[in-house]
Amino acid sequence: MYEKPKILICGDKAVTVEFGDELSEECNKRVIIKLYRMFKLKKIEGIISMIPTYRSLLIKYDPFKITYYELIKLVELYNNNDTEKEEVKAKVYEIPVVYGGEFGLDLDFVARYNNLTVEEVISIHTKPLYRIFMIGFTMGFAYLGGMSEKIATPRLEKPRTEVKAGSVGIAGNQTGIYPISSPGGWRIIGRTPIKIYNPTAENPILLETGNFIKFVRITEDEYRKIEKEVQLNRYHVKIYDYNDYKS
Amino acid sequence: MKCFRVLSPGLFTTIQDMGRLGFESQGVPPSGAMDEFALRVANILVGNQENAPCLEITMIGPILEVLSDTTIAVTGAQIEVFVNGFSRPVWSSFPVQKGDIISFGDVKAGFRAYLAVAGGFKGTSVMGSVSTYVRGRLGGINGRQLQQNDILESNLAEQSLFYKKVRDDFVPSYSNEEQIRVILGPQDNFFSKEVIDIFLNSVYTITEDSDRMGYRLEGPELRAKEKHDIITDGVVPEAIQVPPNGEPIILLKDAPTTGGYVKIATVISPDLSKLAQLKPGDRVRFKEVELTQAHKILAEFERKIDEIKRNLVILRYFKVKINEKNFDIVVEEL
Repeated sequence: MYEKPKILICGDKAVTVEFGDELSEECNKRVIIKLYRMFKLKKIEGIISMIPTYRSLLIKYDPFKITYYELIKLVELYNNNDTEKEEVKAKVYEIPVVYGGEFGLDLDFVARYNNLTVEEVISIHTKPLYRIFMIGFTMGFAYLGGMSEKIATPRLEKPRTEVKAGSVGIAGNQTGIYPISSPGGWRIIGRTPIKIYNPTAENPILLETGNFIKFVRITEDEYRKIEKEVQLNRYHVKIYDYNDYKS
Repeated sequence: MKCFRVLSPGLFTTIQDMGRLGFESQGVPPSGAMDEFALRVANILVGNQENAPCLEITMIGPILEVLSDTTIAVTGAQIEVFVNGFSRPVWSSFPVQKGDIISFGDVKAGFRAYLAVAGGFKGTSVMGSVSTYVRGRLGGINGRQLQQNDILESNLAEQSLFYKKVRDDFVPSYSNEEQIRVILGPQDNFFSKEVIDIFLNSVYTITEDSDRMGYRLEGPELRAKEKHDIITDGVVPEAIQVPPNGEPIILLKDAPTTGGYVKIATVISPDLSKLAQLKPGDRVRFKEVELTQAHKILAEFERKIDEIKRNLVILRYFKVKINEKNFDIVVEEL
């Protein structure tokens, strides 16, 4: 991590504030807690939008409303603020997942590859609170941190032409959820009936950077039930306060 | 209000406004008009808000049957517009009536034209915008380009009594080679001074492999000092990324919000409109500007739009019958 964040100019309407050149929780926390949440909370006039990533925050601004220098001053101000009360505002999304069978075609492979039983893989996968380091690549695709190396598995040699929306997969030591049906090479171990991306919902994209995901195992029957409720727009994803969830 | 039936969709026609801003943190590209200048002026001509949804027409125009009397304007690429086979002026608004057929000739210069309708086009509004993002199936008409038999709707607007035209000296001209101004960075430090000089002193050709996501460029290779990969960070449309093959890509409105290749420079926003009018086979040269200079250029760009508004020429249209023959007459107010 850098001693002082670097300001990188991205054209006439954006800057990137880079905190370091590493994939670490500490670095990601600075991005989210020091700047992203503060800027969101303060609703600064002239900031159009932000893209938080592993180790940097891209800020789009309207130079007619806030000058580059005013923006940089604010970055410095918040960065020097003592906002270490980390998880205060973080939330935990409980994501129900049915593992294996037709929903998780590669679950058996992941178990065999790691010399584990299927039950062990599920138990290892549902244990952690996964931090959402960033969202990118496609609408609502979350880069999660915290998966156990014990179930790490390489990608498929030949990607599938279609992976269903809601599929939960493993690629190397990453895990994640496909928000929309798309081609993909991850090892699919299960599927959630929840729509990570739902254009007709009030918040079309469920997940937000800096929050956490907890995968919870459900049965096929429960999957069908939740799926139906989701279709009727009656299902509410369980969201907890991080501190409550931990205790 | 049902305004048009699509008889032929053209090559790639989509509904676009100024884009979907504020959801980039969740992986949603902004989309929106490639040529914002042309879109804003088209809307000004028909009396809309500047960011109202228009049709973005690429290379080959659609054929539209008019379902209700309304006012339209076409800006952007130099293209002929016809109503029932009779030519209409571009960069100006004019009336169309129920039963009329709107069609287009060949593009003579530029690449994208904008058709504004009084009231603005209706479309599926997602996250505050009706811009079509085809890959994500968002906005517009079911998130896709126009298809034959689509019915287009517009919001209600008052019927104009007079029409407007952009003064000729404000109408941009398009060429097959443009100078595009850039600000170096955010990762120009990954390249040696020699490579940056190559970038700034060469001509790059836009390849066939280009779309609303990005323009791929062919020209002298740009090799980074050590590596072309970085830890994935946020990108803006207009960033010029350089993958390991050394061929730059200008990211555009439908590009992903994050990326892991180094970005040598970023196109300044007023020049995006120029860029949007270049097509595969056309050429770009890059010129470096500093941030403060870029902000001055941006202010001039906004002043120019204000001037266009203040200097609109008033037109009146008349239908005249002489010896059983119908004539359309356009009169320019002096």
